[in-house]
Amino acid sequence: MNDQRNTTEIVQASIKRRYAKEKRFRLYGLIAIISSLAFLAMLITTITIRGLPAFTQNFIQLDITLDQKTLGLGDEPDISALRKANYNGTIKNSLLAEFPDVTKRKDKKLLYKLVSKGGQYDLQKKVMADPELIGESMTVWLPVGDDVHTYLKGDVDITLPEKKRRFKDIQVGWIDSLQENGQIAKRFNKTFFESGDSREPELAGIRGALFGSMLTLVVTLALSFPVAVAAALYLEEFAPKNRWTDLIEVNINNLAAVPSIVFGLLGLAVFINFFHLPRSAPLVGGLVLSLMTLPTIIISSRAALKSVPPSIRDAALGLGASNLQVVFHHVLPLAMPGILTGTIIGMAQALGETAPLLMIGMVAFIVDVPTAITDPATVLPVQIFQWADLPEKGFVEKTSAAIMVLLAFLIVMNALAVYLRKKFERKW
Amino acid sequence: MNDSSTEADTEKLVSMNIDQDIPHEQTVEEIVASLGDTVGQTRVDNPKMSCTDVNVFYADKQAIFGVDLDIADNEVISMIGPSGCGKSTLLRCLNRMNDTIPICKVTGDLTLDGENIYGKNTDPVLLRARVGMVFQKPNPFPKSIYENVAYGPRLHGLSRNKADLDDIVVTSLKKAGIYNEVKDRLDQPGTGLSGGQQQRLCIARTIACSPEVILMDEPCSALDPIATAKIEELIDELRENYSIAIVTHSMQQAARVSQRTAYFHLGKLVEVGGTDDIFTNPKHELTENYITGRFG
Ligand SMILES: Nc1ncnc2c1ncn2[C@@H]1O[C@H](COP(=O)(O)OP(=O)(O)OP(=O)(O)O)[C@@H](O)[C@H]1O
Ligand SMILES: [Mg+2]
Repeated sequence: MNDQRNTTEIVQASIKRRYAKEKRFRLYGLIAIISSLAFLAMLITTITIRGLPAFTQNFIQLDITLDQKTLGLGDEPDISALRKANYNGTIKNSLLAEFPDVTKRKDKKLLYKLVSKGGQYDLQKKVMADPELIGESMTVWLPVGDDVHTYLKGDVDITLPEKKRRFKDIQVGWIDSLQENGQIAKRFNKTFFESGDSREPELAGIRGALFGSMLTLVVTLALSFPVAVAAALYLEEFAPKNRWTDLIEVNINNLAAVPSIVFGLLGLAVFINFFHLPRSAPLVGGLVLSLMTLPTIIISSRAALKSVPPSIRDAALGLGASNLQVVFHHVLPLAMPGILTGTIIGMAQALGETAPLLMIGMVAFIVDVPTAITDPATVLPVQIFQWADLPEKGFVEKTSAAIMVLLAFLIVMNALAVYLRKKFERKW
Repeated sequence: MNDSSTEADTEKLVSMNIDQDIPHEQTVEEIVASLGDTVGQTRVDNPKMSCTDVNVFYADKQAIFGVDLDIADNEVISMIGPSGCGKSTLLRCLNRMNDTIPICKVTGDLTLDGENIYGKNTDPVLLRARVGMVFQKPNPFPKSIYENVAYGPRLHGLSRNKADLDDIVVTSLKKAGIYNEVKDRLDQPGTGLSGGQQQRLCIARTIACSPEVILMDEPCSALDPIATAKIEELIDELRENYSIAIVTHSMQQAARVSQRTAYFHLGKLVEVGGTDDIFTNPKHELTENYITGRFG
């Protein structure tokens, strides 16, 4: 009896400590989660605050006369003449008409900067679509220049002495008067999603890099998924366990740890210099990235295959299924969710990869949006890297906006994977 | 008929057994050698399967030592013995499930209807369709009840059309005595059934391939007495059409369902005979110790 009471007392004494320990541990966990959430929130808010202005663009309303003389067109202009016509001149004329008291050459130059270079392309598009417009007058909304955009965003400190800033007092006056007349409006920035890269921040778009990333990832997925799953299936289900397969396994694990730039060097040496595949193309990018993602997918697929309970294999074998049938009827479907998780991790890695792509020339300045896997292209992270490097103020917000696009891409990809996994994952 | 159990042999064995009590480390091989030949009738008149001098090795470790044993047509033979004595191993040799273990090596003759099942011309896939297996732990596929039963027939092309297949599924479920319990939910997951139902589903799945022999490895070890009784009843009915070999740890179960019983010890078939004989009048001392509960 005495002994028993003793035990109870001892346990009771220690029980408080045990609970305290558990409480403390939970607290640590909570702190860890809260701090990581805080960092995440910080990251997302700074990027959003910086990037959001890039999704809108300011436009100036101007009355434009498309007279033949200024455009430099004959009576029956052909397409190439239409394309080369002097639209800039008409814009300049209408700006001068808007502010007739501007006469000095220096001031005129400043005035012309109000409208973005993209304005003339807008006019060009309009006229090419409908040549009847020539000779007519019309009211159009044209995108503002980079400096105006920065000013409207409130990023220009007009208390600074005029010499120290790009945006001059006279320009401020013009913009303020335009704003009073309601001739300035803020709209959704379609250009950002519709065009490729450009040297002008207000003309630069993400579409080229986005498509480049998509094409590259399609190539990566198409190559690495089947090869990796086949390799994992063979190694896990069919290969004899001997020194050779051990060696292969060790090498695959090592491959997963190889720095990605090494794969870029390999791609340069093999795919470009030896096979003469086109430089800067998503095809080569995809090849290089699939080399990089292969080990990731193989390792996670093997783990998924290994985790299928042996009793299921026994059951199928016992009914007279061949090895191949056991694998394809039972093991692979059960391992699919795990394989897909591994694949998505690999693809997410590939999406964010820059280093190996620099080696194969996907870092070039490419204006056209790629449409095929052999077109020169760049990818989102490389684009971000390039924009972050440019001095123009307008590119700061573009960089953040591009990061937002990259994150959105990642989220869409993950959502797709979650959906697929749910579809394959039968709870029973 | 090569059994040679004489009184003299038995006496020798008894004395050997006493030796075991002396604290002298004997290797498994020595003990096995000391066990002598199998006591009782290893052969029958109408063998469905028969084993002759079967040895099984896991890498260097021998798990089965020179077993001779017949499984007759339409009989239930139970295999008993202490844990680790090789019952499962021998059972898994009978439909070559051991092929999946790379380190496992089988020597000796094993035949089904007189044909060597380890011969070059025998396909393990075909063999397993003829010699079905029910495992210790119920292992239905994570699919519907219907799909579980239909899988085997579909695999082997046993049905010509959907109606045929439906028919096979229903008959198999009926034979396994589970049809009434699941007829309203054939499209529901087989893993959602109770343990006993799952095991009967696995039996139905095995029957659906219309095998000739059914091997059962402790089919009731995870079940309650009522589910066990149902399965025992079922085994008794199945005997009409199939040969059944069942491994069990329950003496009562062996006594209830089987006509013949084989007792194994350390990978050696010690004694085999009619179930009634073995349980009422065991000839070998080890058998007697085991069934009276003094050992194992
Ligand atoms: N896969 C394996 N690899 C190595 N040794 C094995 C393997 N399977 C079984 N063995 C060994 O073979 C011997 C017989 O095992 P087996 O599973 O046949 O015993 P059992 O009679 O079925 O026992 P239990 O009644 O506990 O199921 C044991 O010593 C065991 O350790
Ligand atoms: Mg066993």
